[in-house]
Formats: sequence, structure tokens, C-alpha cells
Amino acid sequence: MCVKHVPDIQSDRALGADGRVVRDGGDGTLNELDENALEAALVLAEEAGGEVVALTVGPDDAVDAVRKGLAMGADDAVHVVDDAIAGSDAIGTARVLAAAVRHLSQERPVDLVVTGMAGLDGLTSLLPTALAALLDVPALPLAAEVTVADGTVRVRRELDQATEVLEATLPAVVSVTDQTNEPRYPNFKGIMAARKKPVTTLTLADLGLAATDVGAAGARTQVVEAAPRPTREDRVLINDTGDAGIRLAAYLVDNQLA
Amino acid sequence: MTDTLVLLDHAADGTLRTPVRELVTLARSLGGSVQGVWALGAPDGTGAPDGPSDATLAELGALGLSRVHRVRADADLHLSAALAEVLAALLDSTGAGLLLATSTFENKEVAARLAVATGAGVVTDADALAVEDGRLVAGKTVFAGTWTTRCAVTAPLAVVTVKANSVVVQTADDGGTPDVVDHDVAVSAAARRVTLVERTERPASGRPDLGSAHVVVAGGRGTEGDFSLVEELADVLGGAVGATRVATDEGWIGHDAQIGQTGVTISPRLYIGAGISGAVHHRGGMQASGTIVAINSDPDAPIFEIADFGIVGDLTTVLPQASAELRRLKG
Ligand SMILES: Cc1cc2nc3c(=O)[nH]c(=O)nc-3n(C[C@H](O)[C@H](O)[C@H](O)COP(=O)(O)OP(=O)(O)OC[C@H]3O[C@@H](n4cnc5c(N)ncnc54)[C@H](O)[C@@H]3O)c2cc1C
Repeated sequence: MCVKHVPDIQSDRALGADGRVVRDGGDGTLNELDENALEAALVLAEEAGGEVVALTVGPDDAVDAVRKGLAMGADDAVHVVDDAIAGSDAIGTARVLAAAVRHLSQERPVDLVVTGMAGLDGLTSLLPTALAALLDVPALPLAAEVTVADGTVRVRRELDQATEVLEATLPAVVSVTDQTNEPRYPNFKGIMAARKKPVTTLTLADLGLAATDVGAAGARTQVVEAAPRPTREDRVLINDTGDAGIRLAAYLVDNQLA
Repeated sequence: MTDTLVLLDHAADGTLRTPVRELVTLARSLGGSVQGVWALGAPDGTGAPDGPSDATLAELGALGLSRVHRVRADADLHLSAALAEVLAALLDSTGAGLLLATSTFENKEVAARLAVATGAGVVTDADALAVEDGRLVAGKTVFAGTWTTRCAVTAPLAVVTVKANSVVVQTADDGGTPDVVDHDVAVSAAARRVTLVERTERPASGRPDLGSAHVVVAGGRGTEGDFSLVEELADVLGGAVGATRVATDEGWIGHDAQIGQTGVTISPRLYIGAGISGAVHHRGGMQASGTIVAINSDPDAPIFEIADFGIVGDLTTVLPQASAELRRLKG
């Protein structure tokens, strides 16, 4: 079970001169979509019997994400934190997660990795598939519905042009969408219990990764320029006094949009 | 100068996906040769055509495509792992430095696999691409369309997925008919570990695809379940119909119409939203649109913050009046 920490989508976000997301601390929350992933993992573990480990990669305050996971009911929490990770692209992040999953499977087999559909910060949906490729296991991304039975995972997914049903033998990586479930709210008991549970912290060295494999050094793309989009100019706001539809039609024709 | 392979996305009946034409135009602007990959689906042949029609070939040729690699594999190439293997081999054998694909969920999966398998640098949802100082530099908006970035690929191989409506399609001066090279490929067992139990393509609606339409008219909770006025305006404008998650969750319209962070990302020339508040999750999927029109009865609705033309009014009067007037103006 992976939780990736990202700043809250509602708060203003910015890119620094180096093209990295500026995280001013404090505003970091669990990616809403990762709550769907946790919910799916918890339900599958409840049905099949098993444990859920909340795993996140990110700066110090990313620990809040796995704490939320514990409060929702995860059995264990693991936080991979290392200064060298900053500036990682999706593939670099996937490398860290893959190494962490391998590390965890030394203690107990990991049958299923569940992620959210896309990190909100870069909106890149590369992570689950890249993670599966690195772990050399099947990927079943974008599940609107996921079931596990007899060592087989089955997923229904809605794509732009088609609906698909995919099936594979465990172990596997699944990503879930916001259609999959309604994440539970942590209750008081869960929150109190979560406070007592330890969070395991791992560094790149613990995972056998070199700093050059990840972070800006390991990235194959580099942001060379970033700027807030200019606000739209010449904006018009009218109150309908009976002819707004006619004025809209004229606006569209004048601007060659109709 | 970069030689490019373009993934020729097409429907099961062989119809080329509209934005592929933009990809070929964009690839040509990079100065190198442009070749295409036509991946065939299930090996058992389900009555689907076994390649591009003559008309499609002629059209691709006119856009500057010189060769089509028609690939049949012993696995369904709708599976991302199988398609990625095929593309990795073709990138290698053609020596192309760039793969261009439309920004669909499936193609991003393929891009992720290629990144892992070949070390390629990946940019998704690009809206521009150029060669600068020998490197490929892609334009891309992030943070729900509020920031623009330029992203250089530092690896020798690049995989870029491009958003629809990023490029104006132009034919080449020296177009011709592309030759077709056939490939029969056996993919690895690892690429066949996922079974495609079922794949149902949505039937053509008679309207343009939401993801690539030039015009999108979208409705939200304010429609109270009646999408007919939204559809009427979409049809007058030749556009697609979209919706918010509230509308799709309510079952007023299919889930495939959902625009936003967990739905389709669109950047049409014109977006019209009616009865939509403009929640951040929705804006993330439409804020990069060319012109934004909003119709909402609440003057404080957040969508007005990003609207080029905002109307504080009731959609049930504004929409039909606009449709009627447009019909009149267009004769
Ligand atoms: C993780 C997550 C992911 C999400 N992903 C998406 C997504 O991809 N896409 C998406 O759209 N949402 C998404 N949402 C939901 C999103 O947060 C909003 O709830 C949703 O977009 C609101 O839809 P709406 O604008 O139709 O409804 P509302 O916010 O209820 O707005 C309705 C608007 O209609 C106006 N109105 C009412 N009657 C009329 C009338 N007669 N004429 C004109 N105006 C009228 C009202 O003034 C109001 O502004 C997501 C939420 C979460 C938590």
C-alpha cells in the first residue's frame, strides 16, 4: 500500500526557480486520491485476511500521510525520507517505492501494492505502471472496481474510449480511482491508536539506493522554465437582463468561436 | 533535428483518432523523418480491419508521414506491456529519438513502461515541443492549469504525450503516400501477464470526442438532471458534451463525460460551463481551455474567476436563447 505525500490541492502552490514544487510545510495533506487507495487496501485485507502497510516517500512532513493511514486502520507505517530524493521525477519516485516494497517483502511477502490514480502535484499518472515495471509484476491501473480471489486480482476500468476488464495473478500493482469507494473517516479510537503506533523511517542507504539513482540527479527531464499563467485579460461579466443568450451568441461569433 | 515515431491511435473500426493528425504536424516541425506505428488489437481477429484504410494512409501521407509500421503481435496490443515492448523494438530499429502519442491514460501507461525499459525521458500532457540547443523542450501546464512550464528531456530518447488541440493541423508541402511495413512480433511472457478479459469501446455518439473536441459545452448540478439544453448548444456549435462529477455521479450523463482531475482533461478552443460552480477538481481538467464561458445564477461562483465571458443568469433561459440566436446568425 503506497501513500504519496503531496501538498493539498486547495492551497496555493508554486514552483521554485529549480522547477521543484515549493512545499512551505504545514499545508501538506494526504493526497485525497490516496485515501481511496488506503480504503481499497483496507477492504481487501479485511476480506482476505492480511495486513496493510502505509508507505510514503517524501520530506519530513510527509509522515502525516502515513499517520493518517494508521488512523484509518493501517497496521504499519513506513516513511522513506532522504534529502537526495527531492526533485525526483515520477520514475525516480517509483524507483524509491520499488526498493521500499522489495525491502518490506524481505520480512513478509507483499501481494498487492495499491496506489491512488495520480499524484495531484504533477498530475502524472506514470507512477503505478512504472512501479509495476520496476518490480517486474503486472500492473492493473485505474481500477473503478477491484476484487481479489484465489490469488487473482480483477479490475474494471473506464478509459476515455472504452471499458476494460483486466486480470492477473498476484503479486501485482493496482491503482484505484475516486469511483472505487468512499474512504472511511478515521474515528477517535483509530486516531488515538495511530498515535501509539511507530512509523518506521528508512533512508536511501537502507534501501540500497544511490543518491544518483533518484532526485534531480536521476531525473531524465528538467524543468527549465516555470511561471504562473498570466491571468486572463479582457474578461467580461454580465448580468442577464433578458438578452444574455443573444449577447453570448454575438461574443462567440465576434471571436470566431462559432 | 529529431526522427520521430508517432503512435497512430485508432478506434476498433480503423478510424484514426482526431489528435493523431496534430502529432504528425508537430513531429514534422522538428525537422526529422516522421514514421507511424499502427498497432493491431486481438490476434484472433475480431472482424476489425487489419490496418489503415487507403484514405487514412493518403491523409497521413499528406501530413508528412513517410512510413507506417503495421504491427501484429501474439498478444492484444491494447495491453500496455505488450505495446511498450513493440514500441521499444521499433524505436531501436528505426533509430528514432522521439515517440509521440496522444495523452490518453493508456498511452501514459505505455510511456511509463518505456521509461523503465529504455531509460527514455517522459513528458506527459505536453502542449508544445521544439528542439533547442539539440535537446527536446516540451511545454506543459501544471497545477490545474495555473502554471506553465518548459521541460527539457535530458535523456537521448524521449517519449512525449501531447494534449489534444495543442497544434493546428497542417499538410506538408511534399506529402506523398506512406509505404507500409509489416511486423509480426512475439512478445515476452512477462508482457502477457495481464489478461484483457473484456474490452468494450464506446459507440460513436455522433458528436466529437470529448478529449479532443474544439468546442465543449458542459453541465453541472445546475442543470438539475436535464442535459437537453446543454446538448442543444453543443450541437449548434458542433461540440462535445461534458459534465461535472456531480452530474455523472447522479447518473444524468455517462461517466465518460466527466471533466476534471479524475475525469477527462480537456483544452478545447471554447469551453462553455452551465450550472457549474468551478470546484478545483473540475477546473484542473478545463482551465487550459482557450476561451472559457460560464453561465451561473450565483455571482460569487468560483468559475467566474477564470471565465473570459461570464453570465450571471439562469441557464434554462440563457442556453436556449444562445442556441436560437446562433442558429439565426448562421442562417
Ligand atoms: C478526489 C476528488 C476528485 C474529484 N474529481 C472531480 C472531477 O474530476 N470533476 C469534477 O467535476 N468534480 C470532481 N470532484 C467533485 C468536485 O469537488 C465538485 O464537487 C464538483 O465539481 C461540483 O459539481 P457542480 O459544479 O456540478 O456542482 P455544484 O458545486 O453544486 O455547483 C452547481 C452550480 O450550479 C449553479 N446553478 C444552480 N442552478 C442554476 C441555474 N438554473 N442556472 C445557472 N446556474 C445554476 C449554482 O449556483 C452552483 O454554482 C472531485 C472531488 C474529489 C473529492
